[in-house]
Amino acid sequence: MKKNGAQVFLECLLKEGVDTIFGFPGGAVLPVYDALFDSPLRHILVRHEQGAVHMADGYARATGRPGVVLVTSGPGATNTVTGIATAYMDSIPLVVFTGQVPTALIGNDAFQEADIVGITRPCTKHNYLVKDIKDLQRIIKEAFYIAMTGRPGPVLVDLPKDVLTAPCELKYPDKVELDSYQPNYKGHPGQIKKAIDFILSSKRPVVYAGGGVILANAADELKAFSTRLGIPTTTTLMGLGGFPGTHPLFMGMLGMHGTYCANMAVMNTDCLIAIGARFDDRVTGKIDEFAPYAGIVHVDIDPTSISKNVRVDIPIVGDVKNVLKDLLKAISAQGAKDFKGNTKEWHSQIDSWNSTHALSYKNDPKGKIKPQYVVEKLYELTKGDAIITTEVGQNQMWAAQFFKYDRPRTFISSGGLGTMGFGFPAAIGAQIAFPDKTVIDIAGDGSLQMNIQELATAVQYKLPVKVAILNNMVLGMVRQWQEFFYNKRYSHTCISVAPDFVKLAEAYGAAGLRAKTPGEVEGVIKEALSIKGKPVLMDFRVDPAEDVYPMVPAGQPLNKMLLV
Amino acid sequence: MRHTISVLVTNEFGVLSRISGLFSGRGFNIESLSVAETLDHRISRMTIVTSGDDKVLEQINKQLNKLINVIKVHDFTDEEHIERELALIKVTSNGDTRAEILSIVDIFRAKVVDVSPRSYTVEITGDEEKIGAITELFRPFGIKEIVKTGRIAMARTPKQK
Repeated sequence: MKKNGAQVFLECLLKEGVDTIFGFPGGAVLPVYDALFDSPLRHILVRHEQGAVHMADGYARATGRPGVVLVTSGPGATNTVTGIATAYMDSIPLVVFTGQVPTALIGNDAFQEADIVGITRPCTKHNYLVKDIKDLQRIIKEAFYIAMTGRPGPVLVDLPKDVLTAPCELKYPDKVELDSYQPNYKGHPGQIKKAIDFILSSKRPVVYAGGGVILANAADELKAFSTRLGIPTTTTLMGLGGFPGTHPLFMGMLGMHGTYCANMAVMNTDCLIAIGARFDDRVTGKIDEFAPYAGIVHVDIDPTSISKNVRVDIPIVGDVKNVLKDLLKAISAQGAKDFKGNTKEWHSQIDSWNSTHALSYKNDPKGKIKPQYVVEKLYELTKGDAIITTEVGQNQMWAAQFFKYDRPRTFISSGGLGTMGFGFPAAIGAQIAFPDKTVIDIAGDGSLQMNIQELATAVQYKLPVKVAILNNMVLGMVRQWQEFFYNKRYSHTCISVAPDFVKLAEAYGAAGLRAKTPGEVEGVIKEALSIKGKPVLMDFRVDPAEDVYPMVPAGQPLNKMLLV
Repeated sequence: MRHTISVLVTNEFGVLSRISGLFSGRGFNIESLSVAETLDHRISRMTIVTSGDDKVLEQINKQLNKLINVIKVHDFTDEEHIERELALIKVTSNGDTRAEILSIVDIFRAKVVDVSPRSYTVEITGDEEKIGAITELFRPFGIKEIVKTGRIAMARTPKQK
């Protein structure tokens, strides 16, 4: 019997090595859902399509494999947009399949029709509308290839219903033929030589590593490079875990809420080695005064990242892992015997910055719970062996500052787009990929409520995801900006009208725990970590007045930090 | 500074929208744009006139190259090349002005393609300067309508010695 497009579509996914898809059914994708009934493919039924995309995203960030989403046309498709834009900004490989009205109805304002290819053009790496069944398998192949290669990113494939029902034979191509897309993986040898000469002649070098290190699976190479030369290393938010957080050369994160040491080092370095990072405004502060004494080496697979925001002296376009290997080889060939001596003074300067204004907060054992204390306790009680996801805002910054990430793909956060509501579904995606690992969403009470409906998904699949709500009953980061820059006029940032999170968890069939005093924190975390087979919400009633420090006010140079 | 850029793209639906969306989304200018198939029907050529400093042009070039459908980007600015536009100009004419208009048409090697009792429609090809010049000369007679194509460009063949 001849198969139809929907059946072949699912077989293509299996051939692509997909084991899990995240989705929500609807009219236009019914042929696929019907075929799914007989397919070995695992489908996770979400409660909102945005949740599906964030789950696939969390799955992709935790595993390095592409996340796959299946939704229906119209509202199903438009609900994916925030998730797609989130993945696009952070270069996460996703393939999102959307149902579409039959080709004959496209453009007729049909029921549940939306021009999702048009809508997502600026927030996908590429997208397709499959107009003819004979293109289906080639497009699926290309979609996965484009999502995973070069600078990764989300690809959307729009599937009209008549294409899904058209007769079709499985003939999945082995390779893609795309003349117009040839990512460059190998760094230019001349540039690598120039970079090494420059680096070895510097006296105050800094490595500034970003999410590209994690995407390229280059954490080992980065560690080898930094330690070989003894170069103090900072990472961006996206780069956390790309270099061991407990390593003596690690200065912490840089940027708006970066450490005093990392920001001072960047402002005084004579050689900034940017690796898989893109000089985001939250990292650079005032761009004209960023790294004023530095010659800049920039390694990135995407040529558009180079010299986009800051002038770069030695650009190297290529895969971070390959380039780091080549740099290491060049160092071995050339030797670097004077280098450590030349940078000795710099190291003592770094040490003194490190000790003068280390990350800190004032703990009051008899007062309110400090959110930083909760994060520190989570680190201590998991011994750092956990995948942490975050929401966006203060919770995200404290999770970045007070938990130490020694391994890549253990810190999962929406960095570029800053999507509230990301962390919880992302944690579900990571937990599905790693059922036996501890996965914790460090959440705010504001963000969590943006995708709280996925509690039902976590309960349905018996996922032991932990959510640590740093519940301050305000939209904390916005409140902080109002405190600092808007004369404490707290316009619409109080959200004390909120559900009782313990009861809410129980209503969904999850576990709910609460800590109101610092003394209760440890007990709650221990209990949460012991719960198996269902999600846990931990409601930590934290001090609402707590702010994130240090802070570089927007538009200021990095050395103008507000300190505790 | 102004740049004329030639972009070879795959000839598929939606490609024009990707290019124009890239320009609008990143705040780049499009001053003119013309698109047509090349000899190979699977490939189209877009000629885009844009402006910006070196940094902006570098980004335009790189961002265009990053699009999956873009095969090749070429900036004509720093090389010998020929640029042409075509304009149709409907100019008011009457018994007194007819001869003068026709002599301008002649001088510019333009062509009258339509005549009515009160107007001539003139077709002219040339670079921007030439079309600008004839437009200025016609202006006193009264221009009823003007339609211009976008600019197209081609590199000159290097002269061999």
